[in-house]
Amino acid sequence: MTLPSMASARLPAEGASRRNLALLAALFGALVIAPWVVNDYLITVLILILYLAYTGQAWNIMMGFAGQLSLGHALYAGLGAYIAAVLFKQFGIAPWLGFLAALPVAAAAGAIIGFLAFRFGVAGVYFAILTIAFAEFARIGFDHLSVVNASAGLFLPVTQHGYNDLWNLRGGPTMFYYVILAATMLAFILCRGLLNSRIGYFWLAIREDEQAARAAGIDTFRYKMYAVMISAAVTSFAGVFYAFYYNNLFPEQVFSISRSIEMILGPIIGGVGTLFGPILGAFVLTGLAETLNSAMVAFGVDLPGAKQVLYGICLLLVVMALPSGIWPWLSRRLGLTDGSR
Amino acid sequence: MTRKSRSNSARVSRRSFSAGIGAAGLVAGMAPFSIARAQSGPLKVGVLLPRSGFEAGIGQDCQRGVDIAAPILKSLGLPELAIVNGDTESSVETARSRAAQMISDGAQLLIGAFDSGQTTAIAQVAEQNGIPLVINIAAAPEITDQGYKFVFRNFPTAKMILGDAFENQKQVFNLVGAAPKTVVFMHVNDTFGTAMAKGINFVMPKFNMPYTIADEIAYDPAARDLSVEVAKAKASNPDALLLVSRLNDAMLLTRELVKQRWTPQAILSMGPGWYEDQYLKTLGKLSDGPLSFVPWYDPNKPLSKKLEAALAAAYPGINLNTNHVFTFEALLVAADAYKRAGSADPKALADAIRATNITDNVSIGPGIQFDGTGQNAKVKDGAVQNRGGKIVVLSPPDAANAKPEWPLASYQSRT
Amino acid sequence: MPFDVYLNVAVAGILTGLVYGLMALGLSVIFGVVRVVNFAHGEMMSIAMYLAVVLFSGFHLDPLIMLVPIAAVMFVFGYALQAGVINPFITRPEHSQFLLLVALAIIIVNVLLIIFGPDARTIQTSYAYDSFQIGRLIVDASKLYAGGAAILFAVLLFAFFRYTLVGKAVRACADNYTGALVVGLNVNRLYALTFGIGAACVGAAGVMMTLIVDVTPIIGPTYTLLAFVIVITGGLGSMLGALVGGILIGLTEAFAGLLFTPSAKSMFAFGILVLVLLFRPQGILGKRTA
Repeated sequence: MTLPSMASARLPAEGASRRNLALLAALFGALVIAPWVVNDYLITVLILILYLAYTGQAWNIMMGFAGQLSLGHALYAGLGAYIAAVLFKQFGIAPWLGFLAALPVAAAAGAIIGFLAFRFGVAGVYFAILTIAFAEFARIGFDHLSVVNASAGLFLPVTQHGYNDLWNLRGGPTMFYYVILAATMLAFILCRGLLNSRIGYFWLAIREDEQAARAAGIDTFRYKMYAVMISAAVTSFAGVFYAFYYNNLFPEQVFSISRSIEMILGPIIGGVGTLFGPILGAFVLTGLAETLNSAMVAFGVDLPGAKQVLYGICLLLVVMALPSGIWPWLSRRLGLTDGSR
Repeated sequence: MTRKSRSNSARVSRRSFSAGIGAAGLVAGMAPFSIARAQSGPLKVGVLLPRSGFEAGIGQDCQRGVDIAAPILKSLGLPELAIVNGDTESSVETARSRAAQMISDGAQLLIGAFDSGQTTAIAQVAEQNGIPLVINIAAAPEITDQGYKFVFRNFPTAKMILGDAFENQKQVFNLVGAAPKTVVFMHVNDTFGTAMAKGINFVMPKFNMPYTIADEIAYDPAARDLSVEVAKAKASNPDALLLVSRLNDAMLLTRELVKQRWTPQAILSMGPGWYEDQYLKTLGKLSDGPLSFVPWYDPNKPLSKKLEAALAAAYPGINLNTNHVFTFEALLVAADAYKRAGSADPKALADAIRATNITDNVSIGPGIQFDGTGQNAKVKDGAVQNRGGKIVVLSPPDAANAKPEWPLASYQSRT
Repeated sequence: MPFDVYLNVAVAGILTGLVYGLMALGLSVIFGVVRVVNFAHGEMMSIAMYLAVVLFSGFHLDPLIMLVPIAAVMFVFGYALQAGVINPFITRPEHSQFLLLVALAIIIVNVLLIIFGPDARTIQTSYAYDSFQIGRLIVDASKLYAGGAAILFAVLLFAFFRYTLVGKAVRACADNYTGALVVGLNVNRLYALTFGIGAACVGAAGVMMTLIVDVTPIIGPTYTLLAFVIVITGGLGSMLGALVGGILIGLTEAFAGLLFTPSAKSMFAFGILVLVLLFRPQGILGKRTA
């Protein structure tokens, strides 16, 4: 297995880190005031972007920090979604409590996969395929599970209050926007904290050369497990959000491999292992998709599939031109850094 | 929830703001609708269908119902509709953002979206923005159970389809003087198939059907090979097959029946697939005979004849089917409501839709009316049969235009 | 259930499994030698299937005859793809390769959708509905021919790798990259050649598949996943392993469908995959790498 190529590792200069902070503050400031300035459609788009930014960051913990390629991350989101949804629908339990119930389940699922993989030496592509297998298991399994209404779909009761009920996550797009914005910001802070902690250093060592790390005395098994479990737990909240935002769940879609792929495009395009990569990737990809759509509408092109072709070509060009992702290249250009290595 | 008021200038600034957000810069070109206060002129209708992705075939078929609608609506003296077509890409997220985009661009009414999940997402956006949504096709009952004031469905729910299916089956059995004693129930394990399978246990006992279900076989919608499923069904030795399937499985199943040398007494389908053009064209003589108990058009109604003619002119060789009919009727509802409301104000439109009473329509039943939940509870299904590359209607009696052929002619004798 | 049902299902499972195996063989060759995770494998097969459909409706030649030209076209396609686009990615991390091939897959699927539309296409050969009856065993003719062709193709491929100089060179690259360089093999060209061969394999499998299934633009991803399951189960680097894996998966799915709920039959294939990954990661017939 080849090592991920790294942007040149250098310590953030003082000036750069102040510039960083200023830009970061500006970005988040813009996002916070966005709902006052933009229309509902753009809020919907921003919610999509932030959702992908959130899940991208969660996935990045496992891949970018600890070097484990997971192609079945939809599993954790799906578990979060279904558990919170069922608890709400059957028992009226609020999604925040539902999340507390789903979190250990998702972490456990991650732990099981991690345990099986790491104890039995399953790595690289094989690990990726293993994660796919588990996600598919869940998909087919839930398709036959009557408590979640199987493949007929689980529909959450939608109530129109006219006000926003934050506790039950019932309300308009603006409420959901702030929820996912807060989540993304918290995830960012979490990732930053993890990276700069002891765990982060161990992860870096494992990612670069696992055997050397083990030789240096790091319990690689334990730290890889941490990565998987934290990543899984964080991802599960995205599922909870999804369930309450869209109000319907179908196993075919929630656990599908295309969902998993969707989650990882952002971080890979943005820059695996970086802090800004997943966020930048989410903006670029969703922005690209919506721009292509608007362009086609404006030019009167009504050809189903054409947008996806253009989208695929853009992906291709980016991945060929910028192998480590957009952020490493951008940060070099702008002289910024996000503190990751 | 109150709608935000939009003025032209505010929208321009939002668009330029969004150019920054969408990193590559949105094309701030011509919007398909221009926001206008004027309430005369065509009604701006956004049509959302899955025209790419895994439901592309059905979405594009529904689209045909949209494409041929304009001249017919005009001939009925109904106002013009300015239609913008959107693609949900068979995805719930895209459906939601397309709906939001259309509303932002000035759509005054939405139509869609065939898939229950996507329709639910669109319904939420429509309801929150107070824009009427007229559902063309979607069978999940929950959509009209939410207490929405702006969502209307002119299509039966899964339970209604089941009930009518049993009703019509008994009719057909009466007409031919025969009935199967045992059936095997095969269904595709997707949204619609599973909903029908669940409903069967509740609905069937009420109808005193002459047959019992010997076995239930659920198969994967993505299955490319149904030989095992057919072998299993054949092993139970039923008289007939009761089915909920889709187009691809219908073709696969038929081929397997031929190859495994088994012709059941009848094929009783309660879903799409067996009457579709591709089924008829691909299988030729082997396509004759299956009975479908599905929402359908009434060939004896004058508007149906007009629609048939329009479709034949625009798309020769394509039979009129459920997709075209109900998509067309959604537009019919929109145009009719616009005429009666006299304005494009969404609240007025919604009220007008709620008061709809169209008897000169296409689908089977007394016509188009909506109850308190926005559901047309009066739409009826028909029993249709494949005959020589065309579809004939057997039941209910006033919609019938042919007599049933029973039993199924042996497949081996046809090849 | 009567015994003949089991027999029929088993035979059908084996025959279908052989075609799956041939498809997986292409992936085994590509992954085993070039070490690229070809997530566009199923999509490549769907290109071949559409080619078969188009040629059939144009010239009415039996797919099994068109197998050779279509495999040749796919060979060129694979060669060009590897040499032109994929080559720089061989040394890059898996997630980059993955993204590249996913992007390719998206493009292929949607180009096919635009060109051919969403409706399923079939090939109606004269024997499309034939079946042979031997006692109580009913064998689908198309499956029999497809399975037979798969075996034949695999044997030819095996002979190529065993007995020709080029084949041996390719195997050398797979076994020891540095060693191959040292002895002066043009590794880049051999990689392109191998990808081409893998593509030809999947092309041939695709043509045979058109005898059994209908083609829509979106069938690719299911087969990509299936190919990976088979390759890992059967054993990377073993051609016989790919066929054996294919048969095993074909049989598993058939019997799972028969004995349990058909809609859940894929679970068993994944179950086998997990077991193999855990307890015999080199696969059933794979060689344990040092």
